[in-house]
Amino acid sequence: MSAGPGRALALDEAPNPWFDGSYVADNWDTIVGYLGEHVRLTVGAVAIGAAIALPLALLGRRSRLLSGALLGLSTMVYTIPSLAMFAFVFPFTGLSATTVLIGLTAYSLVILVRNFLVGLQSVPDDVREAARGMGYGAARQFCQIDLPLALPTFMAGLRIATVSTVALTTVGVLVGHGGLGQLIYGGFNANFYRAEIVTGSVACVLLALVADVLLAGVQRLLTPWARAVRS
Amino acid sequence: MTGFADALVYLNDPLNWTRRDGILDLLGEHLAISAVAVLAALVLAVPLGVALASSGRGSGAVVVLSNVSRAVPTLALLTLFAVTPIGFGNRATTIALAVFAFPPILTNTYVGFRGVDPDVREAAVGMGMSRWQVVRRVEFPLALPLVMTGLRTAAVQVVATTGLAALVGGGGLGRIVNLGFGQQDYGQIIAGAILIAALALLSELALVILSSAASPGPGRSPLARFRQRTAVGRPEPTAAGVPL
Repeated sequence: MSAGPGRALALDEAPNPWFDGSYVADNWDTIVGYLGEHVRLTVGAVAIGAAIALPLALLGRRSRLLSGALLGLSTMVYTIPSLAMFAFVFPFTGLSATTVLIGLTAYSLVILVRNFLVGLQSVPDDVREAARGMGYGAARQFCQIDLPLALPTFMAGLRIATVSTVALTTVGVLVGHGGLGQLIYGGFNANFYRAEIVTGSVACVLLALVADVLLAGVQRLLTPWARAVRS
Repeated sequence: MTGFADALVYLNDPLNWTRRDGILDLLGEHLAISAVAVLAALVLAVPLGVALASSGRGSGAVVVLSNVSRAVPTLALLTLFAVTPIGFGNRATTIALAVFAFPPILTNTYVGFRGVDPDVREAAVGMGMSRWQVVRRVEFPLALPLVMTGLRTAAVQVVATTGLAALVGGGGLGRIVNLGFGQQDYGQIIAGAILIAALALLSELALVILSSAASPGPGRSPLARFRQRTAVGRPEPTAAGVPL
């Protein structure tokens, strides 16, 4: 890699800029393709994770034992490194996007279960009792009492899950479906092509921030009362 | 399930553990990289956190840093440092991981020192303690639980992330998984994954015990703490340990 003093290799001489507009322009379709995969994987993982986490959190609220077990298990799953997670799923689903989706769903699931459970536990017991006394059924109580009161915590969980899922998706390069991670890893393997690596990394961070801002906007729209109180 | 059976065979072969670049060598490398990275981050982040907290400035910057750091993929960080003039390898990996470990320690130190009751600080000053004595003998013990939380978060994440370094030419246990993918050897892939996952879980456990041992105050056994933690749910902290 390194040349002796006074002698430079062609490799070192070749320009390798950190960012190159022409790279982005020439490879626009590829970048957008990987971006699409990245978004699909993230949205899929968070949506499936939320769909599984909500019933689990509702169950977990019913008993301390169950909620303790859920939280302990989620801490354990969250500690498993992403590389190991994808490697565990790999023998079942092979080199496919499904492998990445399952791994990402597991992570978003444990983040969401935690936040959903906390949100539901933060609903005051006397409020729920008052609702029951007023004749609210289980479904109506959930939609009109639990959900609005727990919404800020739910949304915080969704934001954290989304942002960390966007970052984690890159590890999918292990099975060839890492979304924008393919650019990062591809650039490394293409003789350390910096422009490609930086493009992938920056796109990843921007995607995460845009997703976070979008979800914050949704939260603002869904909780008009929070704005009224603050102003 | 063939992969899992092969993994057991791989893990059960003593030669795989003791040969050069075997599991033990890679484990040592993994732990050395992680330890150096965490220590470097600790040495830089704790004084900065204390300084920022006592000056009362920079809270916005700390919050932004802790939020943005979660959005930066670790793979991107590792790859970016691998293509700098440092060159790929363990040195680039260690620097990248230190950068990665920095925000959680900084944020938790900052929050811990900011959270010290001003009355306690005033009482200490009134007793004639110097600024340095207040920091060392009053604020530090009070902030220690949060500093340890930051250290634990950072250390567990770094141990977990070191596995990824193998993708970009670094060392550590990730090499086993990476090699397994290269050779289409399911057993080796699973074996590496088991080792990495076990190491991450063990380091979490070790640091929980360490932080409870280091925290002042009576009767804080790790088990009691664990029970307490599981009984009442807490929101999932961000990478920096502060809920968004």
